[in-house]
Amino acid sequence: MDMLPFDVNTLTALCWALFVIPFACAFTLINFGRKLPRGGDWLATAGIASCAVIAITLFFKVIVGFGAPEWAWSSAAYGLSWDWISLESLQLPVGFYLDNLSVIMLTMVTIVATCIFFFSQGYMHGDRDYPRFFAYLSYFCFAMLGLVVVDNLLFLFIFWELVGVGSYLLIGFYYDQEEPPKASLKAFMVNRVGDVLFLLGIIIAWQLVGTLNYTEMFAVLESGAFADRTGWALAGWDTQTLLTLSGILIFCGAISKSAQVPLHTWLPDAMAGPTPVSALIHAATMVAAGVFMVGRMYPYFTPDALLFITGIGALTALIGATMGLVMWDIKKVLAYSTMSQLGYMMLGLGVGGYVAGLFHLITHAFFKACLFLGSGSVIHSVHSQDMRDMGALKNKMPWTYRTFLVATLALAGVPCFAGYYSKDQIVANALSWGLSHGVAYYVPFVFAVVGAFMTTFYMFRLVFLTFHGTPGDQHKYEHAHESPAVMVLPLVVLAIFGIGAGGTIHPLAEHGNLWFNRLVPEPASAAVAGLEHVGADTSVHGESYETYLEHFEHNLHVAHYPALIVSILAIVLGILLARRMYLTKATDPAAVARKFGPLYGIVCNKYHFDDMYGRKGVVGGLMFMNRAFAWFDKNVVDGIVNFMGLAQRFIAFVTGLFDKYVIDGLVNFWRFFVRALSSILRLVQTGNVRDYLTWTLLGVLILAITLA
Amino acid sequence: MDLLTLITFSPLVGVLAILFLPKNSKDAARTVAAAATFIPLVLATKMWMDFDTTTAAYQFVERVPWITSLGVDYHVGVDGLSVPLVWLTSLLLFLGVFASWKIEQGVKGYMMLLLLLEVGINGVFCSLDFFLFYVFWEIMLLPMYFLIGIWGGPRREYAAIKFFLYTLAGSVLMLLAIVGLYLAVDGRLESPFSIPELSALVSSGQLTGSNLVNEGVLFGWPFLKWVFVFLFIGFAIKVPVVPFHTWLPDAHVEAPTAISVILAGILLKLGTYGILRINLGMFPNVAPDFAFIGAMLGLIAIIYGACVAMAQTDFKRLVAYSSVSHMGYVLLGACAFTNEGLNGAAMQMFTHGTSSALLFLIVGVAYDRAHHREIDGFGGLAKLAPVYLGVTSIGMFAALGLPGMSGFVSEALVLFGAWQTYPVMASLAVLGIVITAAFILWTLQRVFLGPLNEKYDSENFPDVTGRELFTMIPLAFLCVLFGVVPGILLDILAPTMTQLTAALGGGG
Repeated sequence: MDMLPFDVNTLTALCWALFVIPFACAFTLINFGRKLPRGGDWLATAGIASCAVIAITLFFKVIVGFGAPEWAWSSAAYGLSWDWISLESLQLPVGFYLDNLSVIMLTMVTIVATCIFFFSQGYMHGDRDYPRFFAYLSYFCFAMLGLVVVDNLLFLFIFWELVGVGSYLLIGFYYDQEEPPKASLKAFMVNRVGDVLFLLGIIIAWQLVGTLNYTEMFAVLESGAFADRTGWALAGWDTQTLLTLSGILIFCGAISKSAQVPLHTWLPDAMAGPTPVSALIHAATMVAAGVFMVGRMYPYFTPDALLFITGIGALTALIGATMGLVMWDIKKVLAYSTMSQLGYMMLGLGVGGYVAGLFHLITHAFFKACLFLGSGSVIHSVHSQDMRDMGALKNKMPWTYRTFLVATLALAGVPCFAGYYSKDQIVANALSWGLSHGVAYYVPFVFAVVGAFMTTFYMFRLVFLTFHGTPGDQHKYEHAHESPAVMVLPLVVLAIFGIGAGGTIHPLAEHGNLWFNRLVPEPASAAVAGLEHVGADTSVHGESYETYLEHFEHNLHVAHYPALIVSILAIVLGILLARRMYLTKATDPAAVARKFGPLYGIVCNKYHFDDMYGRKGVVGGLMFMNRAFAWFDKNVVDGIVNFMGLAQRFIAFVTGLFDKYVIDGLVNFWRFFVRALSSILRLVQTGNVRDYLTWTLLGVLILAITLA
Repeated sequence: MDLLTLITFSPLVGVLAILFLPKNSKDAARTVAAAATFIPLVLATKMWMDFDTTTAAYQFVERVPWITSLGVDYHVGVDGLSVPLVWLTSLLLFLGVFASWKIEQGVKGYMMLLLLLEVGINGVFCSLDFFLFYVFWEIMLLPMYFLIGIWGGPRREYAAIKFFLYTLAGSVLMLLAIVGLYLAVDGRLESPFSIPELSALVSSGQLTGSNLVNEGVLFGWPFLKWVFVFLFIGFAIKVPVVPFHTWLPDAHVEAPTAISVILAGILLKLGTYGILRINLGMFPNVAPDFAFIGAMLGLIAIIYGACVAMAQTDFKRLVAYSSVSHMGYVLLGACAFTNEGLNGAAMQMFTHGTSSALLFLIVGVAYDRAHHREIDGFGGLAKLAPVYLGVTSIGMFAALGLPGMSGFVSEALVLFGAWQTYPVMASLAVLGIVITAAFILWTLQRVFLGPLNEKYDSENFPDVTGRELFTMIPLAFLCVLFGVVPGILLDILAPTMTQLTAALGGGG
């Protein structure tokens, strides 16, 4: 705990610097970018490079210097938290939390980002909105680095949404075209769906454990001291169900952010953004944030929640890979590949391969960034994204080709390359999971192996179509050229990491000896501990969870070599088939496609997910509901109001008539009556004294008679 | 004269000054109005600074007997709930003067009515005497009626009358309730209209003695329930709660920009202010009977408002319906009776005040240039007006509750609070968040992104002017400020809301 690379204040300052520097760069560029020389790209690049220096310093001080797997530093422990929200019943202090995982993550993000900033200087050269591009990139880095260094779930969520905005802005970077704004809207909305579920999960988590600080959450959970806020009962659900539910809801955030089935549909569309964006956000960092989050929250997930994660991960790994097989757009292939690889990571985490999943996150980031930038280099050169326009480019673009090939081998998981060490572990964990659980549980393993075969196939299909064979478009081929050094050098750096990130090139290295495995140990499940405290049933197939874990560990050793052999077979098969179909052309791809007929159609239509969500599906339903409500509002709710207004006027009219003809009529009648009466009486009032005397005499006579 | 009296009545000085200006002195009238709204803003800022956040007691209290025969006092004071709203009123009126700078007809009358409106609104927020409260409530109604009815759009008369009648109906119910309460108190209070004293009496259950309370059973409901419902409907019309909301889009669409800003920014908050201060604060014993219905109405407003907003083609109508949706969170949070929920509700009143005001200013900018408000009639404006796009993005992201913006904090607090009492409703409410994001970003896309609509060029659609920026930047700044540092606002709200939670017997 007290092993610190720097004193506490310096460490805090460095954490601040990590996300404040990119933010300051973004702010400066968005406001004054056009006034700066070269659009201020040097400022943004220097900003991210200084973050990289900080991260690498931390990396060496912590990872290499201490080499201690349990190193962690929390600013809260030093009383350095900031009371962000401090209500009587809800305290949300925020501070920084660093451990081996986050330091490694910071290093990866900043190195990849720095490479991509340099690459962008070449790729975006001459763009009308050059400063804005770097401003957005810097903004994204601010949010991404913030996401890694904070110490609680709510702030992770806050930065999580902010990276989403970065993604939104960058996908829609070419705002005056038709497609990018639509793609960015789609990306934001799909992520919004996952994010609100994530937020609900956070709320339930807070109800259960009464805090959102990672360390405190796990501590509370482990002790089984569930907050008494759980006094309410949601349809009689018990703690275990709620814990699983909140775990699944939190994972829903990762489903959308990490493009897992069924919320993956935004990722391929997101390729409408400039290619460096695809490399940084939609391959290396943001989409991996979901995996990072699952890793961060790992002790929180109950076995049932992990089962859910496994299922989603396995489906994603396979479905993503199948769609990668049929794409012609070079970036779309890579996008589906990314989706599939993220599925692998989730699968790894889900089956209990915490280390394997997160290790793959790190290695994948480097070589996938390299692949995307390589494709960017190609697109930059031939001005097309369709692989049928390419071909034979290895002569024209030797460095792009070499780095691309290295990254491809790494992605395929060819021994000695970085991807091999991480992916192989995932496959081994999946196999061990099957061994520990029973026959039906081999599905993730099978999906993983089939996925590995497909991965190799579509990647070599891509390589052969793009760099080998004959030019697809002679004109484009003629004009193709190698990219400038500012673009090639980042490729080389990333390719080196594509080999080196495994930490070894020994093909049979023990997993436990790999650098990542030594430094990022799997945390114990706080969820299981807590549930055992409250007497919930956590047994697996009749044995206690601890026994299950022992079995799993044992099976993992058993599984290592079989898994390795099967994966290598899958890889070899994949390469050979791709060679046969796209290099030697011994088999016609179209014939194969026809053979798979309907299946091929479904895959080409992306499993109809887009149709399901589109104007004829969810969106259409929403629009219909909106129009129905609007109609109701206009005609019924407001109709009643207007009717009441009209009714009022009608009543007023009727009362008016009544007033005029009845009430006023009565008045008038009186007038008439009085006048009529008076006109009769007037006849008597003659003004003649004799007449009056006559009447008086008459009166006296009548009185005399009646009185007598 | 003390601070609150000065804040409330200082705009009257402006009214007098404008009255004596020569007939056609437009700029002078504008300047005087700006100055006359600046004074309360400065004073309100001072009030915020000097406010003691450690207590839930009313502060800056002034009390002078007014109508002695009825026991009515001139009794004003503020607590954590009203301080931010008084400040917001002062700010929005000040900005409103600048947003009205382009009004060319009847400037003097317009500005005088605007200043009179400020007196009414701040008067309501400061009143601690129910009678005084009602007087100010009515004072505010008239200027609003004329501002919409004279300076409004083509259907201004319809909108103004609708607004007037609707609000008047609410006022009548409120008046009945006030008279009923007065009779029920039956001389047991020296000042029978004093809100704090009345609250203490009613909430302690001591109002049961009088005949009216004991025997005043109508259709099976006891007297206090009727009083509660009358008051609730009176306030709900102002919020507006679905189904009493249809006056709002009409009023907004016809009202000039500044009036829309004030309408959405503050007038709606008067309704929720009344619900929090009177319905919940005065009747904590009755309120639980209606909590479920209230939360349900809030949920309906959230989802229904968002759906109807998404179906609108008129930019301003869309923003108006989004207000209906956003005000639903206030109701949902308030009716959860939890500390988080009540704080969230009070905060949402303020945050929506800033973000919706900003959105109406944004709509105004587009309307001033294009002279229409059809969302599909724009397109690609980002190219012509990047600064405008920047400010709009802040306003829209604030409205959709993006973290880092103030709306997120208040909505999250509401959900945190509501989930404890009504988990299913809170879970459904997130649907509103998704739909809100959808229609807001969809609007952003249709207005600003994509290929530029050929009708517009830099001649007829220039970027925002300095004056327009001056009205929008403070609001955009507040949206970000309270999203990043919500403590500034919550510190002031929390003691009052904690006390209210305790009174309602809520947990959290």
